[in-house]
Amino acid sequence: MSDRARRAAAPRLLQSAGFRFAALFTVLFGAASVTLIAVLWISTAAALDRQVLAAIRADAVALTERWRNGGEGGLVDAIEERLATDLTNESIYLLQDQHGAKLAGNLVNWPTNVELGMTFTRTRIMHDGIPADARVLARDLGGLRLLVGRDESERLQLRLLLTEGVVWSLGASLLLAMMGAALVRRALERRLEPVMRTAQHIAGGDLSRRVPVAGRADEFDRLARSMNTMLDRIQALMQGIKSVSDAIAHDLRTPIARARTKLEEAVETASDEAALRAAMEQGIADLDHISRIFQALLRIAEAEAGARRAAFAEFDLVAVLRDVEEFYGVAAEAREQRLEASFPDSIMMVGDRDLLLQAVANLLDNAIKFTPDGGVIRLLARERDDDWIEVAVADSGPGLSADERARAGERFFRADASRNTPGSGLGLSLVRAVATLHGGRVELGDAVPGATPPGLEVRILLSADG
Amino acid sequence: MRILLVEDDAEVARFVKKGLQEAGHNVEHAPNGRDGLFLAASEQFDLLVLDRMLPGGVDGVRIVETLRQQGNRTPVLFLSALGAVDERVKGLKAGGDDYLVKPFAFAELLARVEALARRPSVDAPATRLRVADLELDLLSRTVNRGGKKIDVQPREFRLLEHLMRHAGQVVTRTMLLEKVWDYHFDPQTNVIDVHVSRLRQKLDKGFDKPLIHTVRNAGYMIRAEP
Repeated sequence: MSDRARRAAAPRLLQSAGFRFAALFTVLFGAASVTLIAVLWISTAAALDRQVLAAIRADAVALTERWRNGGEGGLVDAIEERLATDLTNESIYLLQDQHGAKLAGNLVNWPTNVELGMTFTRTRIMHDGIPADARVLARDLGGLRLLVGRDESERLQLRLLLTEGVVWSLGASLLLAMMGAALVRRALERRLEPVMRTAQHIAGGDLSRRVPVAGRADEFDRLARSMNTMLDRIQALMQGIKSVSDAIAHDLRTPIARARTKLEEAVETASDEAALRAAMEQGIADLDHISRIFQALLRIAEAEAGARRAAFAEFDLVAVLRDVEEFYGVAAEAREQRLEASFPDSIMMVGDRDLLLQAVANLLDNAIKFTPDGGVIRLLARERDDDWIEVAVADSGPGLSADERARAGERFFRADASRNTPGSGLGLSLVRAVATLHGGRVELGDAVPGATPPGLEVRILLSADG
Repeated sequence: MRILLVEDDAEVARFVKKGLQEAGHNVEHAPNGRDGLFLAASEQFDLLVLDRMLPGGVDGVRIVETLRQQGNRTPVLFLSALGAVDERVKGLKAGGDDYLVKPFAFAELLARVEALARRPSVDAPATRLRVADLELDLLSRTVNRGGKKIDVQPREFRLLEHLMRHAGQVVTRTMLLEKVWDYHFDPQTNVIDVHVSRLRQKLDKGFDKPLIHTVRNAGYMIRAEP
């Protein structure tokens, strides 16, 4: 590794979220272990220490008391009595007179570094001929020098063992922490890796890829699901664009070809100017038709893409429907059809007024077209108990077979019965797109089930809050 | 009438210019937004016909916004291939007075041009409109012909009002749809024709002189002379 690479490696490691999580894990785990050991230490080694000091102090106080009451003799008796009853053989006493002569106790010499006073001293003594560590307290009792202490050898041994244990366990926890950190990092990478791989495939153009969901309902699954929802939406949009361009490529070609043939034929064969003029007028009409199809396709695409959701506003659906009813009522009347409408006083909803208007207009337009003269068309709107807003248009036309119903709503689909009527086959596609835009759907059914002809009923279900 | 046409497509520009000139108008043409804005700001026009997307960094919307900021209130008709509802709204919000989507029939353009140029003045709102012996009272919302009251429904009243405000001018079906019904889509069937013919029947019943005339390939016109 070159110097530069080594210098770059540290920041790159720090940039890895996996490493940072791992480091955090190590620190937390280490801190927990240290705390645990500290508590353990304080409650064992330190407690033992405190016990020793308390015992020495109590002993010293008791002996002092004894000296005050019983004088030198009493004190010597007390020390001897204590030494005799000391089963653990830990106690250390030494009583000397002014000249340093031993009066009582189990030490031969006064330890070198011990001075009279109130402080505890650690010292090395010869205890029963064996060198040992001890904690002592020395007092001056009216010329007599009293030394009270405890042999600490065993305790120090215990402490050593404890310390050893602590070091081992600290090392072990550090090792475990680092292993845990590595595992966390690996797990993190393993969970994120499929997401990354999917993203790369998608960036590479394969929109069908999805992030695998582990089924653990955790944060990663939630991330995966949101990503997949987003991808579904993007794919639907792309599909929409693709199907519009397919439709344009395929279905606009037909009328364009037709118009072109007619014009070409006229140029070749028209006998006089009047015939030529008629052909050109027909050509213009054909072009207008093509441009209408185009407009309709764009509107559908616009609705399907959901781009118009930004234009959603609250409005009264009934006011819009009354308007349409009035507009188309005249057209129905002209064909001696009856347009029966039934609305509540008002249905407030959030949506795109223009698109809904056009959807209902398309349905009424169809209904008027397919209902025979003298027939009945019904337009109704209501707020259903299941919270849908329903707008239904029913006609007394030939209706649709189950097969046709399934295909209705496909772009450019036209039922057999409608082949000879003008229309583009896009009306219901728009209705469907508009319903979907408003969080709803379209249902097709017989207007009067069982009757011949059954008529067609188209129900648009809309969600009230958009 | 002096009209400024700002349109970058040479063929469309030539066609529109020729058509408007044949209709008796004086047309200046600018092929890009910069020249268009300069001409519109420095000379007096009765109407601007603007394309939305223009070369030269200044598009149609910018021209209108700039002019309106300068207090220039010349009527503006947008002529655009951008046909989405939002685009229309954007154009009208910027200060445009009308919006026509390409491709268009010239008759449609001409009708809109003339309607804009002779817009009823806002300063002195008329309370009474009259064509021959037909009289429309805007205050009492009643219609009389030859002194005889004719019953019309509210929408028919608005339809008639629109026709009469543009008496002597062609009013297209799309214009009626937009201005009387506020519908901005193509209803495909000729529902408008049915509405107009119903109104026509009411007005002409008992009179031998028809007032509402059908203009072939264009729309309708109300006028006194046949």
